[in-house]
Amino acid sequence: MDELEKMLLMQVADLHRVPDGAYNIRKNGEGDGRRSTDRIRIEDRKDGHAGIDIFIAPDTKNESVHIPVVITKTDYRERVYNDFYIGENADVLIIAGCGIHNCGVETSEHTGVHTFHIGRGAKVRYVEKHYGSGDGSGENIMNPATVIYQEEDSRFEMESTQIKGIDSTDRETTATLKAGAELVVREKIFTHGKQFARTNFIVDLNGEGAGVDLVSRSVAADDSRQTFGSRINGNTACHGHSECDAIIMDRACVTAVPELTANCIDAELIHEAAIGKIAGEQIVKLMTLGLTEQEAEEQIIKGFLS
Amino acid sequence: MLELQNITFEVEENGQTKRILSDVSLTIDERFVAITGPNGSGKSTLAKIIAGILTPTGGKLLFNGEDITPLSVTERARRGISFAFQQPVRFKGITVKDLISLAAGKHITVGEACGYLSEVGLCARDYIDREVNASLSGGELKRIEIATVLARGTSLSVFDEPEAGIDLWSFQNLISVFEKMYAKSQGSIVIISHQERILNIADKIVVLSAGRIERVGTREEILPSLLGTSACRALTDKLS
Repeated sequence: MDELEKMLLMQVADLHRVPDGAYNIRKNGEGDGRRSTDRIRIEDRKDGHAGIDIFIAPDTKNESVHIPVVITKTDYRERVYNDFYIGENADVLIIAGCGIHNCGVETSEHTGVHTFHIGRGAKVRYVEKHYGSGDGSGENIMNPATVIYQEEDSRFEMESTQIKGIDSTDRETTATLKAGAELVVREKIFTHGKQFARTNFIVDLNGEGAGVDLVSRSVAADDSRQTFGSRINGNTACHGHSECDAIIMDRACVTAVPELTANCIDAELIHEAAIGKIAGEQIVKLMTLGLTEQEAEEQIIKGFLS
Repeated sequence: MLELQNITFEVEENGQTKRILSDVSLTIDERFVAITGPNGSGKSTLAKIIAGILTPTGGKLLFNGEDITPLSVTERARRGISFAFQQPVRFKGITVKDLISLAAGKHITVGEACGYLSEVGLCARDYIDREVNASLSGGELKRIEIATVLARGTSLSVFDEPEAGIDLWSFQNLISVFEKMYAKSQGSIVIISHQERILNIADKIVVLSAGRIERVGTREEILPSLLGTSACRALTDKLS
């Protein structure tokens, strides 16, 4: 693996070396290393699609799976399906992410469809980072889709971050929760230049006591555009909270389309949305500490997306 | 030393010019200078003019002999002027430690941050990683605001009504913070206040009324005469 590929791996998966535990590294459409462990098995798909199946045995604790994707070719497009089967009462960390470095003039595109089948009582922390670089005029496009099926009393925490270099993204996350299941989503998006980001969540709370807490923070600068959508359906006694908080700068545009549907009198659903520029008093406060206006803005954005 | 020369501040309101400050001239070189007066007398406006947040429509400010009137908030901060807001600003995502580090102008250790927080009566362990957001009470924010000024240790610190909102913390502690701050920085501390116990530590008291300096003098000269005046009626109303 060359220096560029190592840099991308570090950006998307904080990997400086071969990770501990199970992993699968995908580079320009080819496998570039894989390890299964006693309790976590990684296999090629058998349905003809590109991608892998990951089987995590019941009661697996304190183990992690890294599945980063690196693309350094221009004019390269791929669609990858990764399915996760997480056994009952497992407690694991899954780190995914995609880094594209495109020096050419043609588009590079990665579409990753991740499907999670989460067993009863299992806990999963899923960290996903998307990063693009390259000084060519070719676009970096990423369209991640995340499909989550949660059995009773399971917990899924998703941290999704897209900070730099992705020209266009269309993110679709759907989740179906059974009784007592909890879904927590923390999404951070920064767009600049002429970038476009669309993110959409559809959550069905089907089991009694199921809950979702979905927070999206984003900053749109320059001429970039963002659209946030969230649809929470409370189909039983359940609780749902979604929050879209966006800072808008320059000539950017942000649209928030929240949707709540309560199909049961005991469904408690809340949505909060705030879009606005950086408050002038925040900048002034940091200037009284000796920061310039630009430094103050940078600190406020850094904090907001931290 | 800060010198205000004939400071005037006017605003346009409904097509009419309204004068907030008229011809305010003042020298600040003492340890503690208190600026007091009834609501609407122009105290906070004067404090913001010193920090550079507002630009006077007339007059000049000299700081250590340099004309700082055209300087920005940043430039004044870098020359050694600090300002504590009457209503501290909230930030989503910026932690108490981040804010104190920014104030100190360098990365500070947890131990150093704890030192500043302890001085304002906050248990550092509970606060250091908390965001400076709406989850903090007004009183907590106010003390964190004071801690940021402590961390700067500049030669001029301006506090706009520091006592407001710190009801659960004693005034004596606040006064001891000011005394320690002076011992460390040897700089002047300007306090906008209605609080008699704060006025009581002032080396100089400035009484503003309707945008003008009504009186200036030592604590001994001014404080007794404040009792029973319109300025002090407002003050005693607030205290009662």
